[in-house]
Amino acid sequence: MNARTARALQCSSLLLAVGLAATACGSSGASGSAAQDEPEFTGRGPITYVAGKDSTGVTKKIIDRWNTNHPKEKVTFIQLPTDPDTQRQQMIQNAQTKSDAYTVLSLDVVWTSEFAAHRWIDRLPADEFPLGKMVKPIVETGKYRGGQYAIPASSDGGMLYYRTDLLKKAGIAQPPTTWAQMKKDCAKVKKLPGAKGMSCYAGQFHKYEGLTVNFAEAVHSAGGEILDAHGKPHVDTSKARKGLDFLAASVKDKTIPKEATTYQEEDARRAFQKGELIFARNWPYMYSLVEKSKSETSGKFAVAPLPGLNATGTSSLGGHDLALSSFAKNKATAIDFMKFYTSEANARLALKDGSLAPPYAKLYDDKALVKKYPYLPTLKRSILHAQPRPRVVQYGDATAAIQREAYAAMTGNKSSKQALRDLQKSLRDAVAQ
Amino acid sequence: MVKTHSAPGGPAGTEEQGARSPSAGRRGDRSAGPSRCRRRRPRATAGSGGMAALLISPTLLVLALVVLYPTIVAFKESFYGKAGLDPETGFLNKTAPFVGGQNYADIFSPAGERFWNAFWNTSFFTVTTVALETVIGVAMALIMHKAFRGRFLVRASILIPWSIPTAISGLLWRWIFNSHGVANEILGQQILWTTEGFHAQVAVIIAEVWKTAPFIGLLVLAGLQVIPREVYEAARIDGANSLRQLWHITLPLVRPALLVAVLFRTLDALRMFDLPYVLIGAHKHSVETLSMLAQDEAANVHFGPASAYAVLLFLYVFLIAMAFVRLLGTDLVGESDAPKRGRRWAVRRRKGLTA
Repeated sequence: MNARTARALQCSSLLLAVGLAATACGSSGASGSAAQDEPEFTGRGPITYVAGKDSTGVTKKIIDRWNTNHPKEKVTFIQLPTDPDTQRQQMIQNAQTKSDAYTVLSLDVVWTSEFAAHRWIDRLPADEFPLGKMVKPIVETGKYRGGQYAIPASSDGGMLYYRTDLLKKAGIAQPPTTWAQMKKDCAKVKKLPGAKGMSCYAGQFHKYEGLTVNFAEAVHSAGGEILDAHGKPHVDTSKARKGLDFLAASVKDKTIPKEATTYQEEDARRAFQKGELIFARNWPYMYSLVEKSKSETSGKFAVAPLPGLNATGTSSLGGHDLALSSFAKNKATAIDFMKFYTSEANARLALKDGSLAPPYAKLYDDKALVKKYPYLPTLKRSILHAQPRPRVVQYGDATAAIQREAYAAMTGNKSSKQALRDLQKSLRDAVAQ
Repeated sequence: MVKTHSAPGGPAGTEEQGARSPSAGRRGDRSAGPSRCRRRRPRATAGSGGMAALLISPTLLVLALVVLYPTIVAFKESFYGKAGLDPETGFLNKTAPFVGGQNYADIFSPAGERFWNAFWNTSFFTVTTVALETVIGVAMALIMHKAFRGRFLVRASILIPWSIPTAISGLLWRWIFNSHGVANEILGQQILWTTEGFHAQVAVIIAEVWKTAPFIGLLVLAGLQVIPREVYEAARIDGANSLRQLWHITLPLVRPALLVAVLFRTLDALRMFDLPYVLIGAHKHSVETLSMLAQDEAANVHFGPASAYAVLLFLYVFLIAMAFVRLLGTDLVGESDAPKRGRRWAVRRRKGLTA
């Protein structure tokens, strides 16, 4: 009791402290575990929706639609920065101060375990959501120990964007399926007079969450794994090394331009849009943006599954799930809003306007949509065969270790072998906690 | 992160006195003021002692609540480890285990490498940025102090960087240091500033100096404006050239204000967080400071190690502040028993003038 009072006091006042502000608030959760196991969703009124930067404007459209129909239960959109690390830290800080400022959280799929284990988000009534109509691997991302803690709002799979005009001019009929083929195709394209000064390939290699995504894709595409079936680290293998070697060697031989080690998603899009890249790895959101950009690239590109070592590669599973903050008010409204947001109609809208991959299987096979978005079959394949990034409670430690080692290998400060050996050790520490 | 001002005792109290001290020092020299004061003081305060205590008690209460209490709690928290995962429920335990001094001992294990790296980064940034800021800031103050046409414009443009929030200036400089940014365009090279390495440190130093040199300039300017014109007049009559005037009059007389400015900047630089965080990013080995390390650990819900790092940073800042006050304190307080040569020269000149 004493300790709890102390912690509560600490939470309210510590943020003002000297250099110690960073350590604000203890780790104790809410009291009474019964409320956690069978949460009651009561209360109606205004709530907030918290997500990263809405670069396509779809989120705003969906929220506006809700607000016109629910004038007494308005949703305020709180936009966080584009960088996922920053989004996660802000959401954690909000949870640590037990603030009710955030109601519905748009969680990156990899955060579910951590948020659920800390009891920062409520277990949701799964049978009230149309989870049966969604693609199974996507629904799994919202689960922790059998309980549904988050509802898929959008999914994401990495795809290979490529310049159809240049490949055609170089006499290449099919996009590459392996890394070796991609390098060969680049060599051919670069001989064209119009492709002077272009770089071959780029993904997201800045030292941030995107690097974890790209590293996981490279490792999985080479047949390796990061965690084994039991959730234990298993990354110090020759297969995983071939994956990391692809990234490291490509930077060295300039297949990947050196400046790509500063690229986040938007940097890669800008480079591709400006005609600096022949191939680029990015999420589906980039499709409609480049198409609408009226740049020299719009209308001259297409997508293919990511290339791999010996065959088509494996994408990381991305996307966002909606979760309900444990410390929020007006939870009944929040549940209704989550149902509305994740409905098939809004998934269709998000796909139409923002090329966000829907969680609903039906939409991928919808003939009208496929006609409008020729990349949908590619995306479905990417998502169905995707591998999640490591799902561990201490995800922050795991992803920091991956970023550190992958970055060291890509910038030539460590051999791939040494980087993976060190990574194995760091991951073992992170998972053991 | 909330940006907080670290005020470990010394600096807050000395600021006012320091800024006022040039004139105070002169008055002290001229008369037997101090001894007279000492005689009068007990009688003046004895009756109102209780009243004084009553009047400052709200301040003390607020300080105890927002400074003392969190410090003590953070200190306590630093003896606790990471909460374990309950294998039955899959939830993390609500209470963290008591681990004693383990979090501090870990610093000397191989795992402490990250701490020492952050420690050296912090010290390196502090020394380099404060040194550069002092030189540039004094130069700025001298320019702002000169009377010339368009002085208003020059003053405004010098002060603009100081008025921009650090995070915003971090974003501005990130554009400048972009791979296709202005910096590379001017240099005609492609330096990837935001990647790991010495260039990232250079980027942080440049942005930090740009941002905070005006602060030193501002405080020094305030110090310059209270130097009476007669002192320079006397020096000119004695045939001192402008370099000699700068060295023997301006700098000694502006020294108290300058020291306060440098002390403030040093304490501020030791807590550096937002600029490297926004400009280069988190988890960057080459620019990670102690504040960033503590914040990162706290964000990953490791409150024990985070508190330990924060406590050590606090002690580091505290020691440096103490050392400052001890070594240079005589001048910060304004009553120097043994004035420096240059200063005595100036004072003697002035005496000669008034006598």
